[in-house]
Amino acid sequence: MNKYYLLAEDISKKFGRRLIFNGLNFEYNHNGIYGIAGINGSGKSTLIKIIAGIISPSSGKVIHKLDDKVIEEEKLHNYVGFVAPYLIMYEEFSAWENLTHISKIRGIEFNKELFNSLLNDFLLIKRKNDLVKTYSSGMKQRLKFIFALMHSPKILLMDEPTSNLDDEGKETVYRIVNREGKNKIIVIASNERTDLDMCSTKIELEDYKK
Amino acid sequence: MKPYALFKKDYHSELRTRYAINSLTMFIIVALSVILFSIGNEKVPQNLTGGLLWVVIFFSAMSGLSRAFVSEEERGTSLILHLIAAPTTIFNGKLLFNLILVFLMNIVITILYSALFEEFIIRNFLLFFLTFILSNIGLAIASTIIAAIISKAGAKGTLYPVLSFPILLPLILISVMLTSYSMIGASFADAKMGLAVLVSYDVIMLTVSYMLFDFIWKD
Repeated sequence: MNKYYLLAEDISKKFGRRLIFNGLNFEYNHNGIYGIAGINGSGKSTLIKIIAGIISPSSGKVIHKLDDKVIEEEKLHNYVGFVAPYLIMYEEFSAWENLTHISKIRGIEFNKELFNSLLNDFLLIKRKNDLVKTYSSGMKQRLKFIFALMHSPKILLMDEPTSNLDDEGKETVYRIVNREGKNKIIVIASNERTDLDMCSTKIELEDYKK
Repeated sequence: MKPYALFKKDYHSELRTRYAINSLTMFIIVALSVILFSIGNEKVPQNLTGGLLWVVIFFSAMSGLSRAFVSEEERGTSLILHLIAAPTTIFNGKLLFNLILVFLMNIVITILYSALFEEFIIRNFLLFFLTFILSNIGLAIASTIIAAIISKAGAKGTLYPVLSFPILLPLILISVMLTSYSMIGASFADAKMGLAVLVSYDVIMLTVSYMLFDFIWKD
């Protein structure tokens, strides 16, 4: 089994003069579910974007390693699965077209069986050929999970994973997160107690404001 | 292959949304009509028609070429691109889309322009062809990187032509000069320096774009 290692070294982030967090250190070297907690505006999304390599920290660094080899920043997207409410899929395409285009841009094999099984898991199989703009917000959120899992990532980053989901959707997400958490690192940023209850350790961002 | 896949995604998206094609088509028609009406029955000096062609090309480019990045930013889909491809792939894919759009747009403009303006006669066709190819490449590269820069800004619509003007000015000036050379039937020896400037412009813009894009794209 591949061994993934995530290390954050003294990271801080400022937007202009406003300090979001400072002196943040953590190390995840075992598969499992880890949490980032904090009130609204505490910087959970910022931190998860920094871990995903979407934005840079103001200071410090985040290191991703697979089998003791550092993953280059340019190639990080191949290893990361990402779910967030602000992630927007192409609404002019159907779910199936989104997956087709994205797999080609990623340069991965178009795995029809995997995509159908994910669509089935997230209860979108019957609507896979409908345009995403006709989906409800909960259906769009479920499609984001398929997007995050379609390339079999080594680490899964989730920002508010259960937002917009109904009870059935939440159950599906918890089931899949628990399943995936056995063979990869999952980081969840949320202020939902039920989301954070799945996490073995939690970073409380309010502790890093000085 | 990955940039081509991104180009195909943009092409299919364009067929569904008509974000750039409609605005470009309307702009070309309006710009050519305004020039035709303002000239009326007047006889336009030959060297002026070459300049007017590049005015239409410049402003048409301003109306549609920012689409590459602005539409992703406006629809909130740029995050997906961050998560599925390396910055070089994104730039190459968007550049490919803009190259094809610029060539299609400028072929249509040039054909319409030749049909509507009797004074627009090319005497050294090969020189005009080379100028057309090199200018279009430069225009596509410059407009792609400028689109990437302004897509993160607030007043995108205003900023695009304002930021493009100084960057595209050398390209437009040389293109106007070379077009007038090809209209008077000048030899390649006369146009050698101009063509060398166009090649240098394309190479410099491409190099600078690749160097800058990582920084523009990340934050």
